[in-house]
Amino acid sequence: MASPETLQKLKERFPEAEISEFRGQHRAVVPAGIVHDVLKFLKEEVGLALIIDITCVDYLYYPNARDRFGVVYIVGHPETAERMIIKTFVNDPAPTLPTVTDLWEGANWLEREVWDMFGIRFEGHPDLRRILLPEDFQDHPLRKDYPLQGRGERHNIPVVTRDLG
Amino acid sequence: MTDLPDNVVITRLDALVNWCRKNSLWPMPFATACCGIELMATGASRHDIARFGAEVFRFSPRQCDLMIVAGRVVMKMMPVLQRIWLQMHEPKWCISMGACASTGGVFDTYAVVQGIDRFIPVDVYVPGCPPRPEQLLQAIIDLQEKIQREGTASGREAFRRRQPPRALVEDPRNPRLVVAGPPLFASSGDEAASDRPAGSETSAT
Amino acid sequence: MPLEKSTTYIPKDEAQEYLWTMNFGPQHPATHTTLRLILKLEGERVVDADCDIGYLHSGFEKLAEHLNYNQYVTITDRMNYVSPMANNVAWHLAVEKLLGIEVPPRCQYLRVIVAELARIADHLVCNAAVGLDTGAFTFFMYAFNPREMIYDIFEALCGARFTNSYTRVGGLMHDASPKAIELIREFVKRFPRALDDMERLLTRNRIFIDRTKGIGVLTKEEAINRGVTGPIARASGVTRDLRKDEPYLAYKDFDFQICCAQAGDCYARYLVRMAEMRESLKIIHQAIENLPPGPVNVAVSERIALPEKWQVTSTIEGLITHFELIMSNRGFEVPCEEVYCATESPNGELGFYIVGDGSPYAYRARCRPPSFVHFALFPHLIRGHTLSDVVAVLGSLNIIAAELDR
Repeated sequence: MASPETLQKLKERFPEAEISEFRGQHRAVVPAGIVHDVLKFLKEEVGLALIIDITCVDYLYYPNARDRFGVVYIVGHPETAERMIIKTFVNDPAPTLPTVTDLWEGANWLEREVWDMFGIRFEGHPDLRRILLPEDFQDHPLRKDYPLQGRGERHNIPVVTRDLG
Repeated sequence: MTDLPDNVVITRLDALVNWCRKNSLWPMPFATACCGIELMATGASRHDIARFGAEVFRFSPRQCDLMIVAGRVVMKMMPVLQRIWLQMHEPKWCISMGACASTGGVFDTYAVVQGIDRFIPVDVYVPGCPPRPEQLLQAIIDLQEKIQREGTASGREAFRRRQPPRALVEDPRNPRLVVAGPPLFASSGDEAASDRPAGSETSAT
Repeated sequence: MPLEKSTTYIPKDEAQEYLWTMNFGPQHPATHTTLRLILKLEGERVVDADCDIGYLHSGFEKLAEHLNYNQYVTITDRMNYVSPMANNVAWHLAVEKLLGIEVPPRCQYLRVIVAELARIADHLVCNAAVGLDTGAFTFFMYAFNPREMIYDIFEALCGARFTNSYTRVGGLMHDASPKAIELIREFVKRFPRALDDMERLLTRNRIFIDRTKGIGVLTKEEAINRGVTGPIARASGVTRDLRKDEPYLAYKDFDFQICCAQAGDCYARYLVRMAEMRESLKIIHQAIENLPPGPVNVAVSERIALPEKWQVTSTIEGLITHFELIMSNRGFEVPCEEVYCATESPNGELGFYIVGDGSPYAYRARCRPPSFVHFALFPHLIRGHTLSDVVAVLGSLNIIAAELDR
């Protein structure tokens, strides 16, 4: 949960942010264009200097969803339990966001994972490669239109028999 | 040959070689996930795999003759596993430890190989998620029996029990890919339907 | 003699061709798990390291979208398989936050006990691995002995040695038996002696200190900038501990300290873990002596937890609730909302970001894995040290591949 001062400051600085609360957690939905500014503001002027997580949700089959991908940044205070969720939406084709690796070194791998799993590009990222899946993998498996069992990639490996050994 | 002294034992060479081999298996622990912890527990003091002569864990495949695949193997890991398997010298055996290595287990997902026996030969399967150390010890005893029963000094049985390779077919949904072909055992659903006695549908209604 | 860390010897670009490239892993005894490092060496010094992970990526998060909230707990067992109970507690705490329910006090206490036992088991393995890799094999054997005692406790609690799946939405699988409570009491009595033995073996061991002190130094600013949490951050002077800062479950009832260090090297991380085990034991001792009576599951009228068997067979309310929960097209009502809930797992902040869409299946269940964030540190920590320090740093980061790759 975020302190009232944080919310007040955020509202004053970025009036376009929609702040909501659920079960004591505060969430701010901001346009994709200003997400970098919001995070920079929270880090440098509010003190939420710990990047906890960067993740993404594919809202393809979600009831009443308007946008396809919601990218979620969770930032926290390094000394207290204060925490804030920043969310933004991007859409097909070629969903792109500015990177936050210039703010946090720790965002490097988290953004690579989002690219690997959802195919969202982070512009300005120093090393945007696949991280968990092989380099020659074609799809982004956590997208909702990708089947759970995959498209046969898992068994596309040559068979070794005793003859070869 | 009439007066053979008492301290001479006559046996077949195969039996002698097998007896030597089965009691000094050197495992190569290919421990990837949870089963690896139980593999460590099997080697530790309470369960003590040394009682069966298999305590010499070697991490170099060239020194080992028993590969224990403990844990799920995913598509990125499978080429590594095959490479290590090919680096081991014959005679060699493979234990597939745990449900994930044997069948994929609970992980029926895009990344996990549904059973390592699709790609390398396996001698003993150990069920369980993860198997208890006692189960792994039983697997080693079973393997010892198998070596004693089937082994030959020249190792020619290793070539006889080769795995039937599967045909490679194109995936219709994704023409870029070539996948392993039809499964080993055809499903028996159709036969069961045809075996049903005539008129059973009408009697059910 | 520990090597001083400096950046002066990193050669310039034209000299790069003299560097050796060494592959380390993915199947190597000192990685303990499946990960791969590509090290650039100048002589014996590591100039740069590239991490290649994903050798155990099994699609946990995709699987979460196809299993219901109670089924997925079996998958969390296999996430950090050194301390599965901590994952079970973290997952169901997140689900309960999404549903907005609070579990009864007895369940809270039991969950605290199993989570702290898991913390001890995890720290034992981690320190044992650091000891093993730096040459202290006896320490490894001493550390694995109390682990078998913890396995016995878990087996008495739920029947499985270490893939426990002990928690359920709104409670536990079942209450702790008197036998299990007796085993926990005995563990509390016997573990301090084992811990003393371990400390005498290693804490002032000259070889161990030489190999870990000043190795892999992480400063406080870098720890915050790189999102580090848990014992690794506390060894660098960050005082963040969710058990104190954001007391979940029953942690506010207990008297315990947060263990911190200033140095931020491998030795400090070892010391923090040793000290945390003593604090965990204090928590377990307080919890088991003050275990409140009462049910372990939320009331049947909430329609969350499965009713007891006698309620199913002899009351209509129990029967209906059981039917509603078990039928595949029913289940409990989940709001169309999103929630992030974190716990202080042995490795650091283990959080789940759950998106509910009204169905009994999570629309998306993101796990925030501490190992993943911590392993990203590795090239930064190892730069400038020697090849033999790789295993000490790797061990002190406590990377669990299944949590790293999911």
